[in-house]
Amino acid sequence: MSEAAVTGSGEVLAEGGKGFVQDFSADRQAFHVPWGKAMMWIFLLSDTFIFSCFLVSYMKVRMSTTDPWPNPSEVFGLEVAGVSVPLLLIAIMTFILITSSGTMALAVNMGYRKDKKKTFWLMVATAALGASFVGMQAFEWTKLIMEGVRPWGNPFGAAQFGSSFFMITGFHGMHVSAGVIYLLVVANRVRTGFYERRGDNYEIVEIAGLYWHFVDLVWVFIFAFFYLW
Amino acid sequence: MASAEGQQHPLTIYWYMWIALFVLSGFSYATDFMDQGYLRWSLIVTLMLLKACGIIFIFMHMGWERRALKLAILVPPVFICVLIWLMAIEADHTWLTRIEFFGESTFVPEAMPHHD
Repeated sequence: MSEAAVTGSGEVLAEGGKGFVQDFSADRQAFHVPWGKAMMWIFLLSDTFIFSCFLVSYMKVRMSTTDPWPNPSEVFGLEVAGVSVPLLLIAIMTFILITSSGTMALAVNMGYRKDKKKTFWLMVATAALGASFVGMQAFEWTKLIMEGVRPWGNPFGAAQFGSSFFMITGFHGMHVSAGVIYLLVVANRVRTGFYERRGDNYEIVEIAGLYWHFVDLVWVFIFAFFYLW
Repeated sequence: MASAEGQQHPLTIYWYMWIALFVLSGFSYATDFMDQGYLRWSLIVTLMLLKACGIIFIFMHMGWERRALKLAILVPPVFICVLIWLMAIEADHTWLTRIEFFGESTFVPEAMPHHD
C-alpha cells in the first residue's frame, strides 16, 4: 500500500530491508517524512517510556503489597436506577476517546483533501470529545476523593492504589487537556488559512493527529492494566 | 519533500477501523464480568494489543511508513519487557521480605463502596 518515496532530486528510494539500509547509510536525511512528523514520533517514543515507567511501577507495587488490592470493578462502579453497573463511567470514557480518535482520523484525511471546513469542524468535534473526557475524569476523581481515596491510603485496601491511580490517570488527563488546547490552536489556524498561506500540505493536522491517537493508545493500556486487571 | 501527497487513504479504512475499535472495546469491557484467571488475563492482553496495533498501524499510518521510521520507533519499546521482568523479580522479593518480617496483612477494609 505504501507509495514509493522519492527524494527532492527525484531519486526513487528502495523499499523494505534494502531501503532501510539505504536510508540510514546515505549520510543525509534518514526519515523521508516531514521533519515535524519525525520529531513528533520521537517525542511519542519518549512519552511511551514515561507511561511505561508509571505502569511498570504500578505493577511492582501491586505485586509486592501484602494488603488486598481494591477491586476496581467495585470502586469504579456506578449505580443506575438502583442497579450497580461495574466500570460504567470508565466504559463511557473509553468509547468517547475512541470516537474522538475516529473524528481525528477523518480530520487528517479531510486536511489532505484540502477541505478546510470539514477539517476544522472535525478537529473541533475531537477537541469537544476530549474535553468531555477530562470532565468525566474530574467527576471520577471527585467521587473517589469523597470516598476517602488519597495518594497515601484508602478505606478499600492497599495504600498504593491511590498513588498509582492519581499518578497514572492524572498524567494521562494532563495529556488529554494539552491535546485539546493543541487541537484547537491547529484547528483555528486551518480555519484562518494560516497553513494555506504558508504553502503547507496540512501535514500539521496529521502531526496533531499522531499526538491525539497516542493519547487514545495510552488509554487502551491504562484501561487494560489498571481498570480491568 | 519525500511524499508530497502525504498519507491519503480511502475513508472506508477508517470506518472499518473505527467499528473494529468499538467492537474490541466492547469485548474488553465484557471481560470484567469474567472470573479472575488465565483466560480473563490473556483476553485482556490480546484485546489490548489488537486495539493498540489498529491505532498505530491504521490511525497513525505507521503501516504505510518506510521501514527506517518503523524500526526506529517500534523497536525501542520492546526493551520495556526487560524492565517488566526485572521489576517482577524485585516485586516478588519485596513481597517475600514483607511476609518474612511483617507477617501476613492485618488490613481490615473500613468500608466498601456502596453501589447497591
